[in-house]
Amino acid sequence: MATSEREEPTRRDFLYIATGAFGAVGAAALAWPFIDQMNPDASAVALSSIEVDISSIEEGQSLTVKWRGKPVFIRHRTPTEIEEAKAVDVADLRDPQTDEERVKPGKEQWLIMIGICTHLGCVPEGQKGDYDGWFCPCHGSHYDSAGRIRQGPAPLNLELPPYEFVSDTLIKIG
Amino acid sequence: MSGHSTFEPQNGFLKWMESRLPIAGLVHSSFIAYPVPKNLNYFWTFGAILAVCLVAQIVTGIVLVMHYVPNTTLAFASVEHIMRDVNWGWMLRYMHSNGASMFFIAVYIHIFRGLYYGSYKAPREVVWILGVVIFLLMMATGFMGYVLPWGQMSFWGATVITNLFSAFPYVGDAIVTLLWGGFSVDNPTLNRFFSLHYLLPFMLVGVVALHIWAFHVVGNNNPTGVEVKDSNDTVAFTPYYTIKDIFAIVVFLVFFAWMMFMVPNFMGHPDNYIPADPLVTPPHIVPEWYFLPFYAILRAIPDKLMGVLAMFGAIGVLFVLPWLDTSKVRSMNYRPLGRQFFWIFVVVCIGLGYLGGKPAEGGYVLWARIFTVYYFAYFLVILPVLGFIEKPKPLPASINEAVLAKHGDSAAAEARA
Repeated sequence: MATSEREEPTRRDFLYIATGAFGAVGAAALAWPFIDQMNPDASAVALSSIEVDISSIEEGQSLTVKWRGKPVFIRHRTPTEIEEAKAVDVADLRDPQTDEERVKPGKEQWLIMIGICTHLGCVPEGQKGDYDGWFCPCHGSHYDSAGRIRQGPAPLNLELPPYEFVSDTLIKIG
Repeated sequence: MSGHSTFEPQNGFLKWMESRLPIAGLVHSSFIAYPVPKNLNYFWTFGAILAVCLVAQIVTGIVLVMHYVPNTTLAFASVEHIMRDVNWGWMLRYMHSNGASMFFIAVYIHIFRGLYYGSYKAPREVVWILGVVIFLLMMATGFMGYVLPWGQMSFWGATVITNLFSAFPYVGDAIVTLLWGGFSVDNPTLNRFFSLHYLLPFMLVGVVALHIWAFHVVGNNNPTGVEVKDSNDTVAFTPYYTIKDIFAIVVFLVFFAWMMFMVPNFMGHPDNYIPADPLVTPPHIVPEWYFLPFYAILRAIPDKLMGVLAMFGAIGVLFVLPWLDTSKVRSMNYRPLGRQFFWIFVVVCIGLGYLGGKPAEGGYVLWARIFTVYYFAYFLVILPVLGFIEKPKPLPASINEAVLAKHGDSAAAEARA
């Protein structure tokens, strides 16, 4: 580059740096398609909404459906379970959420959540564990009857999918 | 060590070739005339054993790919097809699946050999670091290979391990989605794992070449840890160590053959003969045995991110080991305190492996925590401190002197006879 006799950058120095910078930006831009091709493709993104008829799920029963390749738990909660969930002091929770925030208004018997443990992605078992909710067999996380983390390594409550009640007996997930 | 070649080609063609591409000279100086300390024990044969393992995995892997289908609807069936229909398919698959376990048995012995005899110390830091890179590549390859049969353990192992990355704040979920190519482990995941499972072994070959190159520059360590001083300390690699290595390889292959023919599923898990089901997690999921110590460290820590960091840290700490061990003496043979802590460390590692396979509850968790503390303390406290307080035993003046002190009488008797 610049010689010791000449402090001023030369026209050649400028061209070297400009060429190098242009090449580096170009290489970085070219790398992006090779990385982004690994992200979910158009067909995976397209499969993102399902409708489920919940009329046949009796109180105390659960249904597991598959949405985006993941299990979604649809739980018809018993009054006892709802009472237990409401009785909890929210301040004591690791991921504080009230029972109302976990369900739709007026539909509090329906608990709909993604059945993936927030620790490392196993499927928890229903109506097990110390809190009358879900228990993950992989690493021992306990969730309560509102799907909130109560004990074990998981950091967060079971995730709620985006869903809405199309009618009293039909829900749309996604 | 590997100075200019002393190789002198005899015939005309070799002379012509040597002046254009001196590959015969390179082989001669690296694997024939290469001077090796004359006191190496059988723990030093595991390098050659590992080379055989890598070649065996690549050869069996290439032929398995001729019959395997990397698609979620067909993968499990294609593996059963290999087991039942393909000529010798059962044997080739058992060679490959047991070969992975053999590879890890050998590499763990090789690593503990390095730890005991201080093979990571100057001037062999780069040899050691390249070895840790090889170990990481092996783990990535082994993990992705275990996913390919698309059984229950494949699927849930892949789910748990990829979810480790979700522990990182802000970018975690994006990384996991990128790894999956979807919103859960699915066909795109299987496809890319297959692609990478085929790629990584060839990267391993490259790093192994660097590993061998690096230790040919600095020379072998040896059980005394004393550097080679002159030609009295060494013998030529061929025939002395080629024959010793081949004998060890044969013994190792006897064990390998016993495993793959007599107890081929001993290292596996029966749940992996159930096709993958994304809606049902098996009650007790465990990774392959060679990940269990690290899995135990992960589960020992009640916080998700800290658990993941500790697990990666357990391997990461190996990279800086050459600078953590402050003792000037390499071989634990001459370190009365270090040797005791080393053997406790071995027991702790085996203990962590045992606990990793047990449910994460009660006393198992307590012991996993105690052992995890020792694991890190060994590297971060014990080895740095011991260098200052330990009084090592006197070292022999040379390898030759150590050998004569041990075998001198019988050698002299042989010379007289």
